Amino acid sequence: MIDVNVNLSRWPFRRLAGDDPEGLAARLRTRNVSRVWAGTFDGVFHKDLSSANERLVNDCTRYGAGILVPFGSINPKLPDWQQDLRRCGEEYKMPGIRLHPNYHGYPLTDPVFANLLHLASARRLVVQLAVCMEDERTQHPLMRVPPVDLSPLPDLLKNEPEARVVILNSDHLHNVEQLQKLAAAGNAHFDISMVEGVGGVARLAQKISVRRVLFGSHYPLFYFESALLKVREAGLTETERQAVLEENARGMVAS
Amino acid sequence: MAAAPSIARGLAQDKPPVVWDIHCHLTNVPGATPEDRMAEIVKYMGRMGIDRVMLSLGYPLLMNPPPEQLREENNQVLQAIKSRPDRAYGFVYLNPNYVQASLDEFDRCVRDGPMVGVKLLVAKRCNAPELDPIVERATALQAPIMQHTWMKVGGNEPGESTPYDIVELAARHPGARLICGHAGGDWELGIRVVRSSKTLCVELAGSHPTAGFMEMAVRELGAERIIYGSDAFGRSFASQLGKVMGAEIPESARRLIFGENLRRILTPILRAKGYA
Repeated sequence: MIDVNVNLSRWPFRRLAGDDPEGLAARLRTRNVSRVWAGTFDGVFHKDLSSANERLVNDCTRYGAGILVPFGSINPKLPDWQQDLRRCGEEYKMPGIRLHPNYHGYPLTDPVFANLLHLASARRLVVQLAVCMEDERTQHPLMRVPPVDLSPLPDLLKNEPEARVVILNSDHLHNVEQLQKLAAAGNAHFDISMVEGVGGVARLAQKISVRRVLFGSHYPLFYFESALLKVREAGLTETERQAVLEENARGMVAS
Repeated sequence: MAAAPSIARGLAQDKPPVVWDIHCHLTNVPGATPEDRMAEIVKYMGRMGIDRVMLSLGYPLLMNPPPEQLREENNQVLQAIKSRPDRAYGFVYLNPNYVQASLDEFDRCVRDGPMVGVKLLVAKRCNAPELDPIVERATALQAPIMQHTWMKVGGNEPGESTPYDIVELAARHPGARLICGHAGGDWELGIRVVRSSKTLCVELAGSHPTAGFMEMAVRELGAERIIYGSDAFGRSFASQLGKVMGAEIPESARRLIFGENLRRILTPILRAKGYA
């Protein structure tokens, strides 16, 4: 099983079981997870992303035992962010990066995002885009961050055919029209961490193809079992289940 | 009833937990009739190992339904539970903006009908005095009352209750079986609000499966005061089951939350109706 949506380090507003890398890796092993695409909560909030990404790599190497695969964070509003991108690709050999446009303060219409998408694609990096981190209604009153508006993304993907994008943390079924535009525009995949409604994962697969659906738990901010049970609730065939749990993610980094 | 497959990591596989879901609606369920919708619910219950749901709210769902619509929605629930009495009990939808109509509806559906509890949504905040006759009527029959509550950082809807409101109501009715729906949504606040009101239980549905929820609830309230619910079909059964399955809490707590607490609360009215 490959989980494409996990974070290391600490969420600032709550201590979590598994917010130490050793504990996180141990907990994921007991759940039979073979690979984790691991970002870092530090990448959401820190300005020194160079050290956040270095720490992520070191923690994945030291504690991951082959399970934790680092996905560095890039904030294109920081000075010299291109250096961070270069390090993720060249030095750390990461398969992808993770973006938090809403926490980093730019809409997808900002030209810097198109530039980042282009440079990341040129380096064959998977681009993970987190729409949000938590329910807007329960955010800290001094830290209210609206979700990312994805409406500009289909056109951007059409202009960047080599881009491989994963949309994280969104109930994609709330806007089926946008979902289908995204799927038609390019190589966009979708994680299931915030997909809701009974049978939601099956409906998502019906709308865009099961090949675009990835197992992502948003662990440790969310209970891991939520995502696992969603796959069960979907009633997929064994072939479809394997695609969601592993093969689709494996195909993204192999291509 | 056929044994449901165990969903429980860490639970003994030879003795799967009994899972009773206090929070399931006909709203948004595929199907042309209440019976069709109930069949769809049962299909997923079987898949997820849920033994029984407490069904309330019909379609179209209104936030402040007039008496005739209230009756229509409750009729739909009556039809649905009649088709699968082995898998569902009914909770009657009432509206405190229409007190007499609500009392009449309670009598029709609970006192003289098969339903076993009350569902209150967002028509009026539950600290209002109009709630008192409804709570008294339900308490007399030992019927639990499931009250929606939320604490939204951007502010609640005008008639939407907070956990503070249900604490006030509980203080006026110490014998009532009141359940704080959604644990206030923002559970880190809601749990604190209801912590000292020992007669209040919380229900866990209707929010993201944010880790730490169950651990805090067990620590601060005790597992005996926590009830599993899903808010299906708007929420998935899966995401809400995951809150309990993924929590680092004792197996005994998981069993209480999944079904034992609700069965304990319902036992008097189930016995009175000859269901248990």
